[in-house]
Amino acid sequence: MIQHRQFLLPVFCVMLLGACGNDDRERLPGRFDRHATAVELVLTEDGQPDPSVLATEQILHRDNGEEPATLDPHIAEGAPSAHILRDLFEGLTAESPQGRIIPGAAIRWNISRDGKTYTFYLRKDARWSNGDPVTAEDFVYGLRRSASPATASNRAQVLLPIANAAEVLSGVMPTDQLGVKAINEHILEISLKGPTPYFLNLLNDSSTYPVHRASVLEHGSSFSRPGNLVSNGAYVLEDWKLRSRIELVKNANYWDADHVYIEQVFYFPFEDQSAASKQFRAGELHWTDGVPANQFKWLQKHYPDELVISPWSGSYFFGYNLLREPFIENPDLRLALALALDRDLLTEKVTQFGEQPSYGLVPPGIGEFVSPLPEWAEWSQAERNEEARRLYAGAGYTEDDPLRFEIRYDAGLNNKKMALAAASLWKQVLGAQATLLNEEPKVFLQSREQKVLTQVFRAGWISDFADPFSFLELFRTGHGRNDFGYSNELYDSLLDDIASERVPARRRRLMFEAERMLLAEMPYIPVYTYVTKRLVSPRLRGWDSNIMDHHYSKNMFLLKTAEEGQQSTTVEAEDKAEPNTEVQVEEIPLEQSVAEELPEEKPTTEPGDDLAIEAGVDNETGTSADEAGAEPPASQLDMPEQVDIPEQAPDVPGQDTMVPLEVIEDDDTPELVEDPPE
Amino acid sequence: MTHDSGMLKHILRRLLGLLPTLLMLITVTFFMMRMAPGGPFDTEKLLPPEIQANMEAKYHLDESLLQQYFRYMGQIAVLDFGPSFQYKDWTVNELIAQSYPVSLTIGVLAMLLAFFMGTMLGITAALKQNTRLDYSLMGIAMLGISVPNFVIAPVLILLVAVYAGLLPTGGWDWSLASMVLPVVTLSLPVTAYIARLTRGSMIEVLHSNFIRTARAKGLPESVVIRRHALKPAMLPVISFMGPAIAGLISGSVVIERIFSIPGMGSYFVAGALNRDYTLVMGVVIFYGVLIIVLNFIVDLLYAWLDPKVRYDEKH
Repeated sequence: MIQHRQFLLPVFCVMLLGACGNDDRERLPGRFDRHATAVELVLTEDGQPDPSVLATEQILHRDNGEEPATLDPHIAEGAPSAHILRDLFEGLTAESPQGRIIPGAAIRWNISRDGKTYTFYLRKDARWSNGDPVTAEDFVYGLRRSASPATASNRAQVLLPIANAAEVLSGVMPTDQLGVKAINEHILEISLKGPTPYFLNLLNDSSTYPVHRASVLEHGSSFSRPGNLVSNGAYVLEDWKLRSRIELVKNANYWDADHVYIEQVFYFPFEDQSAASKQFRAGELHWTDGVPANQFKWLQKHYPDELVISPWSGSYFFGYNLLREPFIENPDLRLALALALDRDLLTEKVTQFGEQPSYGLVPPGIGEFVSPLPEWAEWSQAERNEEARRLYAGAGYTEDDPLRFEIRYDAGLNNKKMALAAASLWKQVLGAQATLLNEEPKVFLQSREQKVLTQVFRAGWISDFADPFSFLELFRTGHGRNDFGYSNELYDSLLDDIASERVPARRRRLMFEAERMLLAEMPYIPVYTYVTKRLVSPRLRGWDSNIMDHHYSKNMFLLKTAEEGQQSTTVEAEDKAEPNTEVQVEEIPLEQSVAEELPEEKPTTEPGDDLAIEAGVDNETGTSADEAGAEPPASQLDMPEQVDIPEQAPDVPGQDTMVPLEVIEDDDTPELVEDPPE
Repeated sequence: MTHDSGMLKHILRRLLGLLPTLLMLITVTFFMMRMAPGGPFDTEKLLPPEIQANMEAKYHLDESLLQQYFRYMGQIAVLDFGPSFQYKDWTVNELIAQSYPVSLTIGVLAMLLAFFMGTMLGITAALKQNTRLDYSLMGIAMLGISVPNFVIAPVLILLVAVYAGLLPTGGWDWSLASMVLPVVTLSLPVTAYIARLTRGSMIEVLHSNFIRTARAKGLPESVVIRRHALKPAMLPVISFMGPAIAGLISGSVVIERIFSIPGMGSYFVAGALNRDYTLVMGVVIFYGVLIIVLNFIVDLLYAWLDPKVRYDEKH
């Protein structure tokens, strides 16, 4: 027996070594939310949640999808980094829970008459997490760093509308030639290459965030590590356990810290969506990043209140390679294939998560833009099939000599099912013979790009910023992702017009025209628009669905559980009449929510609004001054060291450019209230 | 003394023999990785050329392949695996240093569990050969071998974590509670395999002449089994355990995904799919060294257990 113990000794040593490798073994927070039910939401007069309904422990657990690649805002790409960076940093503009552009680090801004110069007035009460003031210089430094070739940012294309950005990026010009200038400590001027009506939408992208110069210089590339990272958003980075969790805590120096309820946010990476959904079911998560495929019906039945599905700014479609037979110069054949796809069937049976069939490129719900519909969108599927067969025969294909082509797609269960379903529909309706080819994602992207092997390929686009231009641009001659080989001079010049047109209505008309041009030529086959799908604890409120799927933790708060609520009954009668209880309504028909939001919209929030209104931005902030009295400027209360700055007071009205958003909610909610007050 | 120095020489010679193997491994992996279509910065959102150029310059991808190869060899000579292309805030050394202790802990615990449970069950079955107990134990073992991890794990999570609420569904915080399910899941097939191996070789040993002699000398059965039968019966188990340990402690992709464990296994897959050249190279080299060393240790153990292989031809 003794010999056997000796034999095991090395094994034990190895184990001990392993166990000693990590000293910081903290406990994962236990199950806190198991089968939780929330108390009724009660709001105070200024639209904030009443303290009596707030849970004592405001710790949020979010599933963040994959592990973020980096927390350096200028190198970061992809949703997982972006979610966390939105909590850590604050760009010039921010977004309301509904996704509308609102003031961020800048209180207000002026756009010059030619649309090429933006002047931003920064909040004077903004502080970095170490207490330093946030100045225009910080933004200048941040934007220059982001554009510098040395940073090697792969998101820097966001900066390309800025004057000289392309030259700086390619190293032809030094970074100080970038069209960004600090007029004084609190005024920032950005010059653009040409008018870019969606420029404000770009400014909440992490590549435009400011960074704290002193700490970047001190720590170099590891400035974004916990302990080093100084941020200007509502949260600071507390800890990062690689592929385990990222912990943020509230930034006490944030200018609006009084209205930040969640004290601590844990972001968990999940490689497996069903692992996340099991953790949610066990009460270990408040928020998941997705739901497992094929569980829609089950979740709908068992978690009807938790399952949230809402439209997303993305389109799924098939692309044609227009440089290869049989689809060159053959719009009728291209249309025939598009007609023969039964989109209702595909979304119901294949994708299964309430995706909307689409007949165009731009998904609905982006601003006021409404896509043109082809006439066949109104037809029944039988009519479409008939027309498809007619066009197919017209292109010279018969039963004995059918159309043969290949559908290429990248690995992924959903893509495979979709390709299979499409191929069988084309066979069933037209008799066309499609072969399927599955490629590893990176290989697939390369095949698409080369435009040599592909015929019909899986495609899709999720826009980075809320503007239809992001989609339309894909078909520009020479665009990097124009894998269709589509080239149309008329279309390109139309895009140029769209890029410089500043009157929104006219610009929308141009975009409408561009999309109609695509519909006439059918270089792609529209299939459906994406949806976001997730499980959310009913206790978590303060957020709303938006098509960009951007959700700031600072807007959220946790309600008491129903059991906790019973112990402390509160007077609710009056507040119940307050219609704001709709914060979590998901099933607002899109048109309705858009229609109701827009009329209220302030000129400061819409990029290309009328020139006339925009010139009056300053007056605008002045008129809302009366509302400023309703809410004491939080910043002054927790910032006593600021008194030496005399211009503090004029800021207050500006700060209230945010107030109208709450007002809007008050105004348009009566129709939207889901649970009527008892 | 001579015994010791012979052993030492044996060890040194074996270690030197590992170097060319390692060099081959590195070279082949390096060039195979580069031959795969697509690069680390190819994404659905294509980069403008000036940005692509900046990225490539930063990671030296603009140099010739041979230059890159020698640069890389120079780096790993000083044990620097370089920055990860995918996890841009971290170096590959840091990624391995953070994830490996996790994989190692789970792997070693699973191995210990599998070894003890497996040998116990195997010996029990062998001693009760052809009884109902034997059949049922081996039946369960067969089930353990044939039912894959990705079936057992979700079932365990559902029963133990979601419905009963006894343990966390996943995640990792170095607490015993977060280790139980992954360790048990990981050890099950190995336990089953070891049980079958032990049973087979034990039965064989029990029928050999020296055992008959021991019994004839009137030794009590327990002594016969512990002192005489067990050691030779363990030989096939030990040779199985070499590669099995390597497999277990290098991290299981399946277990890591299902239990959301930050181990090393996922880096193989993520690294390859993302064309994260440095990460793939790092884990391949690390894993290569690990396997070589473990096989080496198994050889030594073998020599200790079985004098027949202890000395080389010279002795």
